[in-house]
Amino acid sequence: MDFSLNEEQQMIVDTTRRFVQTEIVPLEDELDPDAGSLAPDDQDRLITMTRSMGFYGLDIPEEYGGPGLDTTTRALMAIEMSQHRAGLYNPCYGVFGGAGLAQLYEATDSQKERWLYPTLRGEKKGCFALTEPSGGSDPARAIQTRGIQDGDEWVLNGSKLYISGADKADYALVFARTSDDPGRNGVTAFIIDTDTPGFHVRRVVHTLRATHYATELQFEELRVPQENILGEVNGGFAIANDRLSRQRIPYAAGCIGPAIRAQEMAIDWAKNRTAFGSVLAEKQAIQWMIVDNEIDIRHARYCVLAAAQKADSGDRFRTEAAMAKLIASEASSRVVDRCIQIHGGVGVTKDLPLERWYRELRIRRIGEGPSEVQRLIMARDILGGSFK
Amino acid sequence: MGIRLDKPWERLDSDSVSSLQAQLGVYQVADSDGNVLSVGYAGAKHPFGIRSALEHEIQLHGKKATLFRYEFTSNYRSRWDELLMLHLHDHGQLPDHQRDEEGRVGRLSPN
Repeated sequence: MDFSLNEEQQMIVDTTRRFVQTEIVPLEDELDPDAGSLAPDDQDRLITMTRSMGFYGLDIPEEYGGPGLDTTTRALMAIEMSQHRAGLYNPCYGVFGGAGLAQLYEATDSQKERWLYPTLRGEKKGCFALTEPSGGSDPARAIQTRGIQDGDEWVLNGSKLYISGADKADYALVFARTSDDPGRNGVTAFIIDTDTPGFHVRRVVHTLRATHYATELQFEELRVPQENILGEVNGGFAIANDRLSRQRIPYAAGCIGPAIRAQEMAIDWAKNRTAFGSVLAEKQAIQWMIVDNEIDIRHARYCVLAAAQKADSGDRFRTEAAMAKLIASEASSRVVDRCIQIHGGVGVTKDLPLERWYRELRIRRIGEGPSEVQRLIMARDILGGSFK
Repeated sequence: MGIRLDKPWERLDSDSVSSLQAQLGVYQVADSDGNVLSVGYAGAKHPFGIRSALEHEIQLHGKKATLFRYEFTSNYRSRWDELLMLHLHDHGQLPDHQRDEEGRVGRLSPN
């Protein structure tokens, strides 16, 4: 497998790296260490820059005006874009734009007019509401939110948990059980305006990711028109599942950036910090941690790029994507942990970004499917899908 | 666990503030009738945490601000947003000098 970058990829990587180092990192020096956004003026200025670079809306398909990046190039960019304090969950503070909810590209024309295009124009925000208090790793069986048809409408009752952005969203993609089938064939996807009576954002859920919160939603006699169904009735799980698979490669790539930056910081520290008469870099204990970091980083990078190349080839990439997600999230966690150890006391202070990456990387081993579910996915593919 | 910051008010003055631990956290500052004037946080940029943040509030509001209550938390950013959302829900608007946050703050409809 050839992981060398072509000329265009190298240019994109260099440009992104320069953008992060010259435009993002200096702003972060002035921000609260747990900040999740830039000042509005800086945000607008940087969006103007990314638009002029032709990089705005990275994940928008080319036919909808996006730059048309392949998965490999997108993964390479994700590795670069995440190399700053907020980079793990908020790469470049969103100035490269979002794609909206990917499922809406499969919507009807009238649904696209109502929700997709306004989202791409930055006029509306959506959120993805799948997980429930009853579970998130096995959503097909865990969904208890119930949708019952009443004429041309559906009436939803239930709740959702750990939903990001619902408090600021104009609409939500909500998955509800609409048949007696207890599994994946009984789930329907609804697009619901958040100002619909019966749609409640009940509370904020605080997590290790202190800069950001999730929310808990409650639906009470929430009436949704039939035309708000995305896809087919009882066909919603495939829509949800498609997103989960596609997301894994850029999600995995984004884990690697902080690990690379942490390793650079640790090397610099080890070469300059003196203890017991010599710099840390001369001590075998430190050398081995630095080497183990390098092994973890390269291993993760190879797996992510291998998965991306498989995806770009058009072949099935589910196993590779699951492997990349598992390895990148776990390896990067180990790297940042070792880098904190190398730094000693200052490593756990908010003076450095290491403590934020440490907290947030812990979530990456659970978000978008925990490591155990990634293993389950791989096991199904390796052993065949017929076993229970 | 209640989500509102509903601890008893304490008198806001330099002496009471100087006795606080220099921790990260969130707070409310109010006038003598308990009308909230500020919903704030003390982050890692505040040299002495909540103590520094409240000293700034005393300077900002002068004699009008007479009461405060606080909560130590390392999740000061998300807790601050939560308190702003609750204030917006309860009062329909944020305190006067924080009105420009209204476009950023989300909507909450607590039970």
